[in-house]
Amino acid sequence: MKTICFYFQIHQPFRLKRYRFFDIGNDHYYYDDFQNEEIIHRIAERCYLPANKAVLEMIKSSGGKFKVSYSISGTALEQMEIYAPEVIDSFKELAATGNVEFLTETYAHSLSSLGDPEEFKAQVKQHSDKIYSMFGQKPKVFRNTELIYSDDIADQVYQLGFKGMLTEGAKHILGWKSPNYVYASCIEPQLKLLLKNDRFSEDLSNRFNDFTWNEYPLTADKYMSWIAETPESEQIINLFMNYEVLGSLHPAESGIFDFFKALPRFAAEKGISFSTPSEVFNLLKPVDCLGVPYPMSWADEEKDAGSWLGNILQKEAFRKINEIGERVRLGEDRRIRQDWYYLQSSDHFYYMNTRHPEGGFSPYDNPYDAFNNYMNVLSDFITRVNAQFPETIENEELNALLTTIKNQGIEIEGLQKEVDKLKKKLTKTKEVASKA
Amino acid sequence: MFGWEFPPHILGGLGTASYGLTRGMAMQPDMDITFCIPKPWGDEDQSFLKIIGVNHVPVVWKDVQWEHVKERLAKVNLDPQDYFDFRDHIYADFGYRYVNDLGCFEFSGRYPDNLLEEINNYSIVAGVIARSQSFDVIHAHDWLTYPAGIHTKNVTGKPLVIHVHATDYDRSRGNVNPDVYGIEKNGMDNADHIITVSNLTRQTVIDKYHQDPAKVTTVHNAVEPMSPEILAIQDKKGVKDKVITFLGRITMQKGPEYFVEAAAKVLAKAPHARFVMAGSGDMMDKMIRLVAKRNIADRFHFTGFMKGKQVYEILKASDVYVMPSVSEPFGISPLEAMQCGVPSIISKQSGCAEILDYAVKVDYWDIEAMADAMYSIITYPAMHEFLKVEGKKEVDNIKWEYAGQKVRRIYDQVIYK
Repeated sequence: MKTICFYFQIHQPFRLKRYRFFDIGNDHYYYDDFQNEEIIHRIAERCYLPANKAVLEMIKSSGGKFKVSYSISGTALEQMEIYAPEVIDSFKELAATGNVEFLTETYAHSLSSLGDPEEFKAQVKQHSDKIYSMFGQKPKVFRNTELIYSDDIADQVYQLGFKGMLTEGAKHILGWKSPNYVYASCIEPQLKLLLKNDRFSEDLSNRFNDFTWNEYPLTADKYMSWIAETPESEQIINLFMNYEVLGSLHPAESGIFDFFKALPRFAAEKGISFSTPSEVFNLLKPVDCLGVPYPMSWADEEKDAGSWLGNILQKEAFRKINEIGERVRLGEDRRIRQDWYYLQSSDHFYYMNTRHPEGGFSPYDNPYDAFNNYMNVLSDFITRVNAQFPETIENEELNALLTTIKNQGIEIEGLQKEVDKLKKKLTKTKEVASKA
Repeated sequence: MFGWEFPPHILGGLGTASYGLTRGMAMQPDMDITFCIPKPWGDEDQSFLKIIGVNHVPVVWKDVQWEHVKERLAKVNLDPQDYFDFRDHIYADFGYRYVNDLGCFEFSGRYPDNLLEEINNYSIVAGVIARSQSFDVIHAHDWLTYPAGIHTKNVTGKPLVIHVHATDYDRSRGNVNPDVYGIEKNGMDNADHIITVSNLTRQTVIDKYHQDPAKVTTVHNAVEPMSPEILAIQDKKGVKDKVITFLGRITMQKGPEYFVEAAAKVLAKAPHARFVMAGSGDMMDKMIRLVAKRNIADRFHFTGFMKGKQVYEILKASDVYVMPSVSEPFGISPLEAMQCGVPSIISKQSGCAEILDYAVKVDYWDIEAMADAMYSIITYPAMHEFLKVEGKKEVDNIKWEYAGQKVRRIYDQVIYK
């Protein structure tokens, strides 16, 4: 029997405001609140809310057969909390059905998996905790920013205790192999992988509303029959996409919601079920292992990380944030921590890409503009981080000092308690003595 | 006078120099200046000269009403009578060219892609102006206006003085555009006298354009004294670090890559310096890449195009000003920096180096020396203070009034020849 595994990515970065040279040192607020609020409102209204409603309806009308998984980045969750709390409520409602699995990722939808293992660990934990606190689920499956995956990342993810991970079924990795099976990592054979089915996913995310496509219009009936026609032994079809496919990339008028609502009925007719990633990992065994020496992602035709770390500008900016990472983690200033997460969002790097001449989704005129603005902000941020501790002390030494101070604090506290105890004892004995 | 730019709407140093020079000349009581520019905006300072907008001079006879003209020209405070005077002097039928409702050419007033066409149109209009105005000398600023100057000279027989603010050898590092060279050469050949802004440019004019040295005179540029308003601008810098600034168009002529390379060297020794590259230009993206490649992007900032007051804000926030121009006919900006009390490092290949003693001069290609100079100015307070005080004293004595007197002597010479 075939099963479909739906996974949706939900992410919004904190977009930066225009930050000039003269703002460095004078202004420590970096975000374009107006734009961020406007975007989250628009997307919530067009996509998140109606899509959540549709999914809830599908779960109910299918009698609990329809299942989906989400990964919502920490920065998106924060923006929803600030600007659109009703979206959080509707996700909670979905979580309560038990048919929805929340995956974990890096808190800021960051690229830390490619440059800073310590930061990666910290962010995954941060995100996992956030999901648990909001939806009461402890995520068991990991998915990295934009499905970025490599052997190196597999290792890190496995060390963090995850049993499964989602990634792209890139042609240059799979070759003749089909993405419609469970695979395992070559480096960590215990780590199972689900690979995106590129064709079926992009039928929905890219081609659904394209009337020059020879299969236009796509109906649920036709789509399910294609899936049913795949070879008998291929049991799992992974449909991974951005949640914005529903209502934002394809507007409601395109019929995308009706298409989705019709899916469970036709799936049932063809004997196709729906599963969450955890269920699939429990059910199926890996058929083979995959070695991925260089990072791959679900972006572009190249399916690599080149859109974020392709050119010299992106590499420079990324190098700079990785250099400062250790210092940031040594400090405890909450505002610095918060900015640190926000500045790591992969989107800031995407805006600097020179691969898409038309810019793709970018609030900037061109990649150079994006780079200048980001570097100005980062400059100010670095100054703030360095102002916390004297710069002349090496990180290692600083860490040792901080530990000593912390230990001393604990020790003093302990001694203080002892003193109190003895004092009490003393007064008691005095009292006893005076009475006697 | 024929010019292309006039403050406050300027794109480069040409506008500033035109303004300063005419102001300096207007101090002479018997001097009346009429200044033609392609497109006035109406907010130019006309207290000491008369501005004619070439885009308001008709070349095609149109039957228009006084009221209509008045209404159309009100924005730039032009007297409708002038329009009708000009209209009486149309000398040929240009009806086949594109003109607007008043029979005038449209000008962008910038440096558009069809620049050669605008230059030609400018020269056509000059014929009308020449026939309707009376004057003793024709003075044409830079190659854009040479054809107009020659045309005027042919019509009136008055002496032509051309003012070379730059040559194409400066702009292109030697790969001259033959069209531009042709216009420049033609202008110089027809001129009765050539004024250059530096000895460096004078030499170029003599060597590359084969002019008679006796016909070429250097009149160095000067600077306008700073207005109190500008002097009152506060240093808004938010960082304690020393700031080293490059200000100008980011083009091949200005040598921005030497600045970046020197910056990388300085940062290796003085990690707390900050560098600012203010301006825009066709090499900006390349420079951003170079900065990223040198791994100094967190200490090297690009501001984009700066105008008006912003320029002075940047200068006020700077500790060192650097102009590493590969070939600079004059270069007013270091003088402005010094007026603000900012020590300057300039390339030996710039014209202003001829008149400045209290600025550090290095070869543009010598990034070691440039880095060295930057480092000492930001590290040794005595050096900074010395250049600041002496530099300011020096530039305060470079006045347009004196430049204007020199130009006057040249006028006298050509008129009574």
